[in-house]
Amino acid sequence: MSPLAALLIRDMRIAVRVGGGALMGVLFFLVVVTLVPFAVGPDLALLKRIGPAILWLAALLASLLALDRLFAADHEDGSLDLILMSHAPLELVVAVKGVAHWLTTGLPLILAAPLSGLFLNLDAPAEAALVLTLLVGTPALTFIGLIGAAIAVALRRGGLLLAVIVLPLTVPVLIFGVAAANAAVVGPVPFGTPFTVLCALTLASLVVGPFAAAAALRQEME
Amino acid sequence: MALADFANPSRFLTFANRAIPWLGGVTLIAFAFGLNQAMVAPDDYQQGATVKIMFLHVPSAWLGMLGWGVMTIAALGTLVWRHPLADVAAKAAAPIGAAFTLLCLVTGSLWGRPEWGTYWVWDARLTSELVLFLLYLGVIALWRTVEDPSRAARAAAILTLVGAIDLPIIKFSVDWWNTLHQGTSVFRLGGSTIYPTILIPLFVMAVAFTLLFVTLHVAAMRNEILRRRVRTLRLMQASAAS
Amino acid sequence: MRLSAVDLACHRGGRDVFVGLSFAVASGEAMAITGRNGAGKSSLLRTIVGLVRITHGQLALEGGDPELTIAEQAHYLGHQDALKPSLSVAENLRFWVGFLGARAVDIQPSLDAVGLDELADLPAAYLSAGQRRRLSIARLLAVKRPIWLLDEPTSTLDASAQQRLAGFMRTHLAEGGLILAASHGSIGLDGAQELRLGQATPSPLAASAPSPLVGEGWGGGSESGAIASTGAIRLTTPTTNPSPQRGGGERKTS
Repeated sequence: MSPLAALLIRDMRIAVRVGGGALMGVLFFLVVVTLVPFAVGPDLALLKRIGPAILWLAALLASLLALDRLFAADHEDGSLDLILMSHAPLELVVAVKGVAHWLTTGLPLILAAPLSGLFLNLDAPAEAALVLTLLVGTPALTFIGLIGAAIAVALRRGGLLLAVIVLPLTVPVLIFGVAAANAAVVGPVPFGTPFTVLCALTLASLVVGPFAAAAALRQEME
Repeated sequence: MALADFANPSRFLTFANRAIPWLGGVTLIAFAFGLNQAMVAPDDYQQGATVKIMFLHVPSAWLGMLGWGVMTIAALGTLVWRHPLADVAAKAAAPIGAAFTLLCLVTGSLWGRPEWGTYWVWDARLTSELVLFLLYLGVIALWRTVEDPSRAARAAAILTLVGAIDLPIIKFSVDWWNTLHQGTSVFRLGGSTIYPTILIPLFVMAVAFTLLFVTLHVAAMRNEILRRRVRTLRLMQASAAS
Repeated sequence: MRLSAVDLACHRGGRDVFVGLSFAVASGEAMAITGRNGAGKSSLLRTIVGLVRITHGQLALEGGDPELTIAEQAHYLGHQDALKPSLSVAENLRFWVGFLGARAVDIQPSLDAVGLDELADLPAAYLSAGQRRRLSIARLLAVKRPIWLLDEPTSTLDASAQQRLAGFMRTHLAEGGLILAASHGSIGLDGAQELRLGQATPSPLAASAPSPLVGEGWGGGSESGAIASTGAIRLTTPTTNPSPQRGGGERKTS
């Protein structure tokens, strides 16, 4: 099999086997969603209005969790050295790791989102819109996160720095993701407008993320 | 069969192999009886036949809490009395208790939809039960994350003891807070407020659920002991190889 | 094939790790890089492989594939083993075989050669340090590459495993490969060149058996801080030094 396919399969195997597997992110997602009514009160009407925003925030934070170890694990056991030495372009390697991260973290979140939407009293059109925006937007969260993960790769307490770097960069995705999810329910802006921008942001991140992350990795390894 | 049997893994395995078929059989009989009783019980004048979800919902709630109770005792066994099988019992009970709690949440949600018009409300009883479910998932995640079984056991034991605070909260939530959920009606100081024609099948179902828990728990403990043996054999294989 | 360096310098962590380093290793030859801790042995290997930037000097590979970098034609065995504990022994090896581009290679002979064939399905977490080292060595056997860059290859290996490794290295050299190995002690290869880093005194080998190259500017200069001196015994006929005459470079001690 090709080098990149081997890498994708390896990363997915590790993600599924280590710790709680892919479900750790989903569990965190559920916990965050559960926390919000404790903070804002159990008013169902209010929860319905801010539901998409809560779910987007929870998805963002849950995505962030697994990013910490993305490059750091390979750096610590010496795999990153061999990866940097290889013929495969580093940008593609980074992109493949991003894909593996999304498949094992982002996709389970999308599958768990409707259930959480139920807890927040979202109705069917709202849920459908939310799932669609998460489907398009979570890859952007992963690929922007790659940049932070690469910058923080060699640091011991990299997790916090990573969050501080990545979260501001994800603000546009958050804005348009929530706007699209809300637009489907509330209007007057049609769903298509913010959704198209969200798609554009994701496509841009699919390109910018790997290039920036690869550059950061090369710098770190000096 | 002395209590000492439960301290020795090999003897526990022998006991488990003999007991599980019997336990399974008794469980099936109890369920057959209980479900029959549930079918013939009268409908509620207000809710109709929907009320019969109660025969699944209430026992699964009790068993979800019982599961954490078993884990709490096992946690004390690990930390205080150093019983050899205590951590096996704790690890085996977690997924079973989680499943019962999930069943309670799902049946409750399905029951609530026609009754309250919504699948979910954030009232005290439901929220504390959801928190219990999340606590279960957290403990299960902890068991799976820590590689070494004895270290995982101690960490999980501490988490279990801390989480046990949720059990009285669940029980008394309907009394302490203004909730949508029905108030305490079975285990009350003044006697139950439920009519015997519903109460009896409820108790039979509760017994059946408890037997199910015991059967599953013993089977799960057997599996866990075998799993640890495989792990030990693998470690020996690795160190024996040149 | 010939790997040569001319006036190589490496600057890392704010200090000059080594300066003015020159050497050449040809097919069938091995070079042992020795020196105390911190002398720059690992840095040298990482520089050759491209993980550390060259600040001065040149590194050249003659006779290799011009389309590929040195790293792509080399195996690097670093301090760490590049193994994932949650994957089995076979899965780890199969991943590297696939990633390094040798797709259809059967990994069983390599596992047999390092003595891990019985443990193929065991999760790598259960392996001892020596067994993990042997698994990384299996990577070198499974994927054929001409250059081997080994950093302390014998660490954590017991005597029989070290002998096996020496056997692998001899086979590799016989097949026309070349080896650079950094080590504190002997790597079990007689007849290897020695490149000593960070030493003021010339190596004893140079003193006892003068080679035509000592005194031709390969180091061993009498100034303080001389960088490198080569051992005298070579496996093949010595090749001429391609670079202009240079004295042993200055080494700034930190």
